[in-house]
Amino acid sequence: MVTTILSPCGILGYGFPEASLQKAMAQKPDAIIVDAGSTDAGPHKLGAGVAIVSRQAAGIDLKRLMTAAREAGIPLIIGSAGGSGARKHTLWTMDIIEDIAHEMNWQARVAVIYADIPIDAVRRARDEGRIEKMSPNVPDLTDEALAQTHGIVAQMGVEPILRALKEKPDIIVCGRAYDPAPFAAFGILRGHDPALCQHLGKILECGALCAEPGTTKDVMLGRLDDTGFEVWPADDSRRCTLTSVAAHTFYEKDHPTMLHGPGVRLDLSQCRFTQVSEGRIRVTGSRMLDTPYTIKLEGARLAAYRTFVLAGIRDPLLIACMDEVEREVVRSVDAYYGGLPAEVQINFYHYGKDAVMGSLEPTPVAGHEIGLMFEVIASTQEMANAVCASVRSTYLHYGYPGRKSTAGNLAFPFAPSDVPFGPVYAFSVYHLMHVDDPLAFFPMEIKEVGV
Amino acid sequence: MTRLCDMARVLRSKNSGPFEVTLDILLPDEASYLRVLHSGLLTKENVAALYHVPESWICTLATMDAAYGIKITMLRSISSGTVGDRDVYGAQQIAPLMNLMIP
Repeated sequence: MVTTILSPCGILGYGFPEASLQKAMAQKPDAIIVDAGSTDAGPHKLGAGVAIVSRQAAGIDLKRLMTAAREAGIPLIIGSAGGSGARKHTLWTMDIIEDIAHEMNWQARVAVIYADIPIDAVRRARDEGRIEKMSPNVPDLTDEALAQTHGIVAQMGVEPILRALKEKPDIIVCGRAYDPAPFAAFGILRGHDPALCQHLGKILECGALCAEPGTTKDVMLGRLDDTGFEVWPADDSRRCTLTSVAAHTFYEKDHPTMLHGPGVRLDLSQCRFTQVSEGRIRVTGSRMLDTPYTIKLEGARLAAYRTFVLAGIRDPLLIACMDEVEREVVRSVDAYYGGLPAEVQINFYHYGKDAVMGSLEPTPVAGHEIGLMFEVIASTQEMANAVCASVRSTYLHYGYPGRKSTAGNLAFPFAPSDVPFGPVYAFSVYHLMHVDDPLAFFPMEIKEVGV
Repeated sequence: MTRLCDMARVLRSKNSGPFEVTLDILLPDEASYLRVLHSGLLTKENVAALYHVPESWICTLATMDAAYGIKITMLRSISSGTVGDRDVYGAQQIAPLMNLMIP
């Protein structure tokens, strides 16, 4: 028994070459599976309920994948719909699919799996000691933090996706899912070793990133058999090598040979990687270890509002004393408001000196020009705007000792100079929850869409 | 002596979840991999000193022979994308390792 899976790209909406898709489809895959999720872009997508990619980009990719899947008569599975995989993101994806199905004159059967976790269930699990932090620096799950959190999602494992696959839908749209889970579920459904399925899923969820040259924007193929799996890129200009495939589990994971997921502890330390042909690598020896069943919870809360300014400094006299000038600017603005509220923050970032690494910067030395960004953080946008305007005008005209460039201290690239940013979010929930039933929090609906 | 930057095939940083940053050092062959490992320079203590963080913040220092790779994972002082964060993807935090001189 062999099972071939096509992964078009690392995130649905990132795009992939049409020629690669056609080449891959000619190899008769049994399913097209694509991950759409990530927390890379920070807590804003989950908190504000917006997608990672544009509706246009998701639509372009979905139309091509729906067309290919329909022509071949194979299922299309989408993981972590809309990026964050909350109900809002899942419905956004469904809406796009529905439009395309109409356009294609296709009545498609779609299984939708939601991944929203009721706050009450999380609070109860916390009180029963079934919650643990993902790392020690994750904030405590207090009642206050839960009340402020804009909805919680959890990464589903393979079980809810297997349940959906058994309904034989044309398309499965998963809410938030463990990235490898949609791939692994399909392999498991077909009777393959779950450890191999999980490892293959981990590789395929990034598109062609495990090839050389690596990219998330090209098509990869994976084929499971009775004793291992093989991976290869669809496009001839890329190839998988022993080290590129072995090294792939390094990417954005905390450990190179031990992967954790819902009901998954995958040990890759005994894996063997062999080259079967040019650009094609065979993997054996992935092992699954026993582990309690946990699901990873993700939630974001609104932390504050921000207004920021970008400006250049080219005056060496000011560059030499800008830290002192900024202390005086803050002191002056604080006095003007008769003492700013404690939650107001005024932060300066000096690009060209230490803006990227802050206190971690090994060489905090300024060059002849500084890219200055300053931000005001406050509890309302109005307050952030007001204080930022005061900081900007005070900085612009501040007369520091020895100043010669007396017409203004800052070169603004834009008018207006002040940019109201809107809300800033923070991950308030990033915890594991122990569950007895892997299906319990992931309800499924079957929908007929299109004509 | 060679700079780690000149030896490595890949030398990168990236979030591993929003509360951690992970540093990947991938060497091109077994000889250079063993040379870096045997230098004894990549210890939790040394990495903590290079990044000005407490040693307890270095949660993982692990190797994978098949990939000629070394991975170091550390806690973030501020989680990704919130107030005060400077690098949402954690993708520009490798510089302190680049100039490490390997005997």
